Amino acid sequence: MLIKKPDDIKTSEITDEKLYFSRRNFIRAVALGTSATLTTLAYRGLFVPEEKVLVNQEVISNVQPSSTPLNLNGEEPTDFIDITNYNNFYEFSLSKQGVAPRAKNFISRPWTINVEGLVNKPKVFDLDELFKISPLEDRTYRLRCVEAWSMVVPWVGFPLAKLLEKVEPLSSAKYVAFETLNDPERLPNQSKTGLFNPLDWPYKEGLRLDEAMHPLTILAVGIYGKVLLGQNGAPIRLVVPWKYGFKSIKSIVKIKLVDRQPITTWNVEAPNEYGFYANVNPEVSHPRWSQAEERRIGDFAYRDTKLFNGYADQVASLYNNMDLRKYF
Amino acid sequence: MSNNDIKFNKAIIFINGLIPFVLLVWDAFQQKLGANPQEFIIHTTGSCTIIFLLLTLSITPLRKITGWHTLTRYRRMLGLFAFFYISLHFLSYGWFNKFFNLGKILEDILKRQFIFIGLISFLILLTLAITSSNKMVKRLGGQRWRKIHWYVYPATVLGVVHYWMSVKLDTSRPLIFMTIVIILLAYRYFSAKPEKANLFKQSLR
Repeated sequence: MLIKKPDDIKTSEITDEKLYFSRRNFIRAVALGTSATLTTLAYRGLFVPEEKVLVNQEVISNVQPSSTPLNLNGEEPTDFIDITNYNNFYEFSLSKQGVAPRAKNFISRPWTINVEGLVNKPKVFDLDELFKISPLEDRTYRLRCVEAWSMVVPWVGFPLAKLLEKVEPLSSAKYVAFETLNDPERLPNQSKTGLFNPLDWPYKEGLRLDEAMHPLTILAVGIYGKVLLGQNGAPIRLVVPWKYGFKSIKSIVKIKLVDRQPITTWNVEAPNEYGFYANVNPEVSHPRWSQAEERRIGDFAYRDTKLFNGYADQVASLYNNMDLRKYF
Repeated sequence: MSNNDIKFNKAIIFINGLIPFVLLVWDAFQQKLGANPQEFIIHTTGSCTIIFLLLTLSITPLRKITGWHTLTRYRRMLGLFAFFYISLHFLSYGWFNKFFNLGKILEDILKRQFIFIGLISFLILLTLAITSSNKMVKRLGGQRWRKIHWYVYPATVLGVVHYWMSVKLDTSRPLIFMTIVIILLAYRYFSAKPEKANLFKQSLR
């Protein structure tokens, strides 16, 4: 094979620049190329969801089948990658795709939960104790977000009732109040102030005691058989499958039994939009969108939302004689 | 600037205007639109609409500041791109969220203020797009045509308000858009009435 060196081509042999590529055309090509590059960069900067993050976690051994009926009706769990990359966790980011990259290095050990208030035996539980309170079970539940999207999440957890039994609630205890970790070092948005601070920290949630004691209400420590990631509320979070997702508070450090309905974050932020009960109810619209339907992540079309997220058989009796429109 | 140059510049704007659409379609085929691609498409086409409206509205101030009078020749294309993206926005909302169920769309429009506001903005832009050709300028007469096309301002304001009302908490982008709208409106107001600008300057002293 003969390869000519560039020097071998005589200057006179090169096509006249004027004929082949006029100066004007060159400028035009540069203008087109530069503007198209800038537009592409601007678009990428403004719109494209962040790359999905995949992190390996510890496997939880000896997960038992659920001790209570799951009523899944054959619905398949949502992909692991979607469950771990599409999250509402404002302590990390206000963008659902932005949470996973920012939660990647969240440190969730050591961890303790303070259980206190109207109880006989207040106690600080560390993570190892929490993992041993009751056999860890598979609790594959539907998760319905108030924003009208939903997933099916194979949680690993145990009934909250088992923890509450340990501390022996007093008869005066009527509600349970929960709090998320308050640590700007680990939850970056908590360090924002003034206009840039999205919510009042720490995040607070609450349940009526009978809701908290219901067998479907769990504290989750894992998904898909592995320990929870930061974006899903590591190391331990509440899951109340018949209520909108924001009730299922993440990264819990405090549980307090109280006699009055506790303050809850979203209810304070917008009381006309987010009620204390926040039971999934297709009949009661959010002021700005319908709750009659939902987009199951992974599906193309919307599907009908079911009363109490499909758990009516198990939980409707908690709300007998209650006006669900008033107490939304 | 020669007619040829203007033609070429229009081609550049046309290609750049299509880039967001091409990338959106490309990413959709690569399945890179995140866990909720439908929502991503609706949000992106909505934001592109507002961006093209803001570009359209910034032509006149830019022309006045730079003295490049040919800038006006590109305004129509930018406006039509705003219409292109609002059409995609409306279409994807109707398809992905309502499956073209007219009853449900109607219910949404009547029940939800921000949808209603968005629809008004769409109808204004539809009217402006239909009346955008040279033929229509002639048929309507310059003055009447200008009166109709003044409505691009309310369409933009309504678009940003619609965006603002639709977000749950993170108002940072609608806030940025609104700031730009206010600057553009203020420029228009004060440049049309220089004596008011002077009064305003004096009041700041």
